[in-house]
Amino acid sequence: MSKIIELKNVNKWFDKFQALKDINLEVNQQEKIVICGPSGSGKSTLIRCINRLEEHQDGQIIVDGKEISENTKDLEKIRAEVGMVFQQFNLFPHLSILDNCTLAPIWVKKMPKKDAEALAMKNLERVQIADQAKKFPGQLSGGQQQRSALARALCMEPKIMLFDEPTSALDPEMIKEVLDAMVDLAKAGMTMIVVTHEMGFAKEVADNMIFMDEGKIVEKAKTKDFFENPKSDRTKLFLSQIL
Amino acid sequence: MMNLSILKSDKKNLNSLIAAGSALIFIGFIDIILSSFFSTNITAFLPNKISYLTPLLFGLFGLYLIRIEFSGNKLLDKVNTNFNSSNFNALLTLLVIFALIKYIPPLLNWFVFDANFAGNTKEDCTSGGACWVFVKVWLNRFVYGLYPDTEQWRINTAFLTLFLLVGASFFVPQKFKKYIIIFLLFVYPIIGLKLISGGDFGLKYVETGAWGGLSLTFIVSAFALILCFPIGTILALGRRSKLPAIRYTSIGFIELWRGVPLITVLFMSAVMFPMFLPDGTYVDKLIRVLIAITLFEAAYMAEVVRGGLQALPKGQYEAAKSLGMGYWKMHFLIILPQALKLVIPGIANTFLALVKDTPLIFVVGLLELAGMVNLAKTNPKWLGMAMEGYVFAGLVFWVICYVMSRYSQNLEKKLKTER
Repeated sequence: MSKIIELKNVNKWFDKFQALKDINLEVNQQEKIVICGPSGSGKSTLIRCINRLEEHQDGQIIVDGKEISENTKDLEKIRAEVGMVFQQFNLFPHLSILDNCTLAPIWVKKMPKKDAEALAMKNLERVQIADQAKKFPGQLSGGQQQRSALARALCMEPKIMLFDEPTSALDPEMIKEVLDAMVDLAKAGMTMIVVTHEMGFAKEVADNMIFMDEGKIVEKAKTKDFFENPKSDRTKLFLSQIL
Repeated sequence: MMNLSILKSDKKNLNSLIAAGSALIFIGFIDIILSSFFSTNITAFLPNKISYLTPLLFGLFGLYLIRIEFSGNKLLDKVNTNFNSSNFNALLTLLVIFALIKYIPPLLNWFVFDANFAGNTKEDCTSGGACWVFVKVWLNRFVYGLYPDTEQWRINTAFLTLFLLVGASFFVPQKFKKYIIIFLLFVYPIIGLKLISGGDFGLKYVETGAWGGLSLTFIVSAFALILCFPIGTILALGRRSKLPAIRYTSIGFIELWRGVPLITVLFMSAVMFPMFLPDGTYVDKLIRVLIAITLFEAAYMAEVVRGGLQALPKGQYEAAKSLGMGYWKMHFLIILPQALKLVIPGIANTFLALVKDTPLIFVVGLLELAGMVNLAKTNPKWLGMAMEGYVFAGLVFWVICYVMSRYSQNLEKKLKTER
């Protein structure tokens, strides 16, 4: 299996506050990584650096063979290959669900409208909301919106999917429908980096677990080892609090 | 207090109280009507000041008597909840009604009943009301300015085509609508201007100094509206740009134009601007004015649009970026459609202000509607007609602005989506 994402000694500051400290991470194709940790530990910042929604000041981030820096000319191309699902869904409220899904394929990938619509319907089918395609985001429930957002990202046919706390803004009964869609995606072989507190999901799909605290990767381990046999005390404390 | 508490209504003495209250209110109305229109004061026996207030006192006491909660009578309950819920509200109700009774009839008299419509000279206005003869005689000038009478069909044709095209764009299928709008924005203005200014195709040349009246109001407003909108949007984006050169240029531009009064801008465009041009070049006065107004309003538009841009959640930008959209795609497909929708009221506001700013072009000698009224009232044969002229101009401006305001409200409703 080949490396698709590589982070070398990545540091990031928000003014004086250091959000990421010497992050080293390698992600292989089809690997599923779940990142957990207390709030403010830098886990969101970490994955947002991977598609440069946040800029890192030091170190290297290489995605699919291309380094991401302020000089990157084809940042848009890299972003098109990296799908992202946000905590707050961030659907475009002025467009229907179908248009949300077809917009980027049509305008960024120059896909003919018909093909884009067929692709969108296929992906909406996959997350089981094809029947809502004509509705607007404001008319859907939170879970449906998040699944639409997932479908929208998938329509770009990304090589990597990033999930930034995808279920944190949802009512409990809607979490499952979103997690189910993510499990399906994982089984289909997508490379995924997921920031989440859903440990059941982590146990089911993750190859590796990462625990972060205060901007550092405290522990990285195989999922089984991570839960059964955590090495650091900080990890043990965290797990004891959320499990 | 004892007496009053007996008088306080309850179900038992309901009918008698209503009768007494209504009678008192009725007397109050009679009193005000008699004193306003027949100069008879039925309470003249009272001291001067009190007799002046008697209608109000009658009315207040009457309203106090009929203030009954849940009387069961629908009309009475409605009156009580909406106009008569407390002594203070009763007072306000009476004041408003009395003011209407006192001032509306004289106003109507001036406008309609005593007004003069027939005739052709000032001397035909004899009855004391408004002299609409003035407006009638000057109407042609108010609409076309000093444009030659024989050529006015050109203005008519230009505007008629415009209205037909705009009307058509509402009714034709979506597929053609696009083309009509593109034609309206990019091709029609040139054709229209050429038709009105002439000089080619066997049309007599009419210099812009002769343009005027309502048609000029429309021309100036329409061009400035169409042009200031995209410029303002670009400036708003520029002000939020990450590139310092673009950001500071935009800020400088916006603050410069916002900081000076329009009248000085127009004056500069007329007097100073030609000095900077090389000898022999000449830019038409109307074009200079159009550029000045456009840039001035664009600065305001920029700030309105920026307000909308700032109101959008950061997530919208991030979602667009994460899908691989670049700056322009992100803004034109995602950000601006939402931001502009949010600021429709602000945009409408700026547009209305623009239309009402057009009379200021008189400083460079261009006379649109208000300017023509100004000119006409100084005509020796029509001295003293300022009131009629300005009322007419005011009404026309009000109609234009009200139509625009209604349209913006419709647009707001049509484009509304739930967040």
